[in-house]
Amino acid sequence: MNERPKKKSLTQREGFSSFMASVLAILCGLAIGFVVLLIADPVNAFPGLVAILTGGLSDLRNLGQVLYAATPIILTGLSVGFANKTGLFNIGASGQFIVGAYVAVLVGVRCPFLPGPLLWLTCLLAATLAGALWGLLPGVLKALCNVNEVIACIMMNYIGMYGVNFLIQLTIFDSLKNQSLPVAAHANAPKLWMDRIFRSGATASSANAGILIAVLAGIAVYYVIERTKFGYELKACGYSRDAARYAGINEKRGIIWSMVIAGALSGLGGACLYLAGAGKSIEVLDTLAAEGFNGIPVALLGLNHPIGIIFSGLFVAYLNQGGFNMQIYGFAPQVIDIIISVVIYFAAFSLLLRGIVERVLKRRAHKGTAAASAPSSGPAASGAEQPAATPQERPAAPSAEQPAAALREQPKGGDNA
Amino acid sequence: MNTVYFLVQQTMFFSIPLLIVALGGMFSERSGVINIALEGIMIMGAFSGILFINVMQSAFSLPPQMLLLLAVLVAAAVGVLVAMTHAYAAINMKADQVISGTAINMFAPAFAIFAARMIRQVQQIPFRNDFRIAKAPLLGDIPVLGPLFFRNTYITTYLGFAVLAASAVVLYKTRFGLRLRACGEHPQAADSVGVNVYKMRYAGVAISGALGGIGGLVFVIPTSTNFNASVAGYGFLALAVLIFGQWRPSRILLAAFFFGLMKTVASAYSGIPFLANLGVPNDIYKMIPYIATLIVLAFTSKNSMAPRAEGVPYDKGGR
Repeated sequence: MNERPKKKSLTQREGFSSFMASVLAILCGLAIGFVVLLIADPVNAFPGLVAILTGGLSDLRNLGQVLYAATPIILTGLSVGFANKTGLFNIGASGQFIVGAYVAVLVGVRCPFLPGPLLWLTCLLAATLAGALWGLLPGVLKALCNVNEVIACIMMNYIGMYGVNFLIQLTIFDSLKNQSLPVAAHANAPKLWMDRIFRSGATASSANAGILIAVLAGIAVYYVIERTKFGYELKACGYSRDAARYAGINEKRGIIWSMVIAGALSGLGGACLYLAGAGKSIEVLDTLAAEGFNGIPVALLGLNHPIGIIFSGLFVAYLNQGGFNMQIYGFAPQVIDIIISVVIYFAAFSLLLRGIVERVLKRRAHKGTAAASAPSSGPAASGAEQPAATPQERPAAPSAEQPAAALREQPKGGDNA
Repeated sequence: MNTVYFLVQQTMFFSIPLLIVALGGMFSERSGVINIALEGIMIMGAFSGILFINVMQSAFSLPPQMLLLLAVLVAAAVGVLVAMTHAYAAINMKADQVISGTAINMFAPAFAIFAARMIRQVQQIPFRNDFRIAKAPLLGDIPVLGPLFFRNTYITTYLGFAVLAASAVVLYKTRFGLRLRACGEHPQAADSVGVNVYKMRYAGVAISGALGGIGGLVFVIPTSTNFNASVAGYGFLALAVLIFGQWRPSRILLAAFFFGLMKTVASAYSGIPFLANLGVPNDIYKMIPYIATLIVLAFTSKNSMAPRAEGVPYDKGGR
């Protein structure tokens, strides 16, 4: 693995085979979704599937709705993906999300004196801090008291939900609608002419600057993970905590920071959903915020890679918009969740799927080299032969095997190849 | 005294499903497979069980307790079926167990709503609750114990205790239990003495599926009159109870009742004069079980007794 050829064609890169594995998983999901539609209503199944696949593109307004819906799940997806990269499973995105949303709305309602977009930015900042705080506690408990972060996060989800319900009723309650009060107009994200572009006829979509925030956050996370010492240390903790400690990395600090950042991203997502000028307020209900949980499939589908998560968030939002449009054929939109869950299930096999993809590619490469008799493809093929030795792209990284190898390979990534 | 009776009876409704599901999770995790899919399995179990009751109640007139027991079997069977998909991913495909569990958790409510809406046009599935036992014959007349345990109860409560006793015996007093635990602690060692690790793990996940499915049904029956594609996060709470109970039946019992009592206080405090007069808002009571769990976990997690090989796919060739 250490000797890599100087140049690789697109199909021989590791990223390509994991991308193909994701595509394969998506195709499996769509196929099973189609079977479900067929069983439910054979006549309308095909138009239903077409509606799912084209719904997000059917007009510019729908496309705008996709952008709006993608914003919060990209951010919670980044949150879950970031934690996964560092070996933690952040199932607490839901709580961090709603706490962030509450603080954002609170500032948006109570501080209308802040001028122009400053109010919006203040809201975002406050939400980010609140989310970070909600991530801090499970991080501290994990680092100092060895509390399983999954359980701590689940508890924090419920505490956050009930706490926010309580605080809304105490501070910003619209008792007629049983929800939070509307925020000041300039607390909402600027539209940046998106409402002029993404519209059909008289109805504008809810697309707004939030999507830019999500994309910027994705790029920032990518930079931190791949280009800084800090990110490298966090990732090292994710691959093997013991090896990281042996290498002199403070893994307790790493755990806390990684949960704090994950929480901050989710909190920001909460602010982006409710500060969109879409007329959405936080409802006082005893249900956990779905956007937090939807971040999990988004992260998994994006292979925990920040840029991949941006695209998978858009994809999931696109499917959901299609599911919304599909209702005219009498199907319940939950078929989308069924499809996504099947995709996730197959994505769990990604190692195996990647093995298949790599084997097919290798066979093809062998045929090609046999004709051209180029010796240079030898190492490339043997490198692709061992899926077990390529832990980079594995979702949910914790694996104690070969910690040293994992660490050694870390900084090289793709750019050294 | 009436308040105490009321509290105990209510606590049963909340604790028993947690107990059953957490015990199920215990079998899976002690065999070495993390089962975060308990929530989804509960939903599928409750969905199939309630749908079965709904259909049978309108078609035949079976004796209610018999119908309930049949529904329990249906829920258990469906639970096993769902758990098998998790087992296949976790054991054969060596997939990340958290991911396949998440997939099931996402699939279950979507499927329950979709299927209900396709079958019945609405997503709620109603049922007639004639399973309540107002007073068990003879036993209900025992002073103190009668009102505590044998009035205003369900047959599923006793099922829960039966499952507890059976679990403890199976886990600690049988060959199967010993092998199961070995697979969760050190699968290579178990394999070296001829235990089929894959088979034992399949068994562990299957038991968790059966108990998870039953738990879902047991949760819905006393607390509602329809099933709305949700078990209110009880699968996740059961996971917390399991860890809180340190993967041991006796401590799981304590944890389940601690949680159940907290839940009861949160949902029924207005019926308790002392608590109602305090004037603490409702939402604060609802937060208490979770805060208390966090605090207890913070103090008890230093020496976690988690199965050593939990979550690690077994590879015969590995070291």
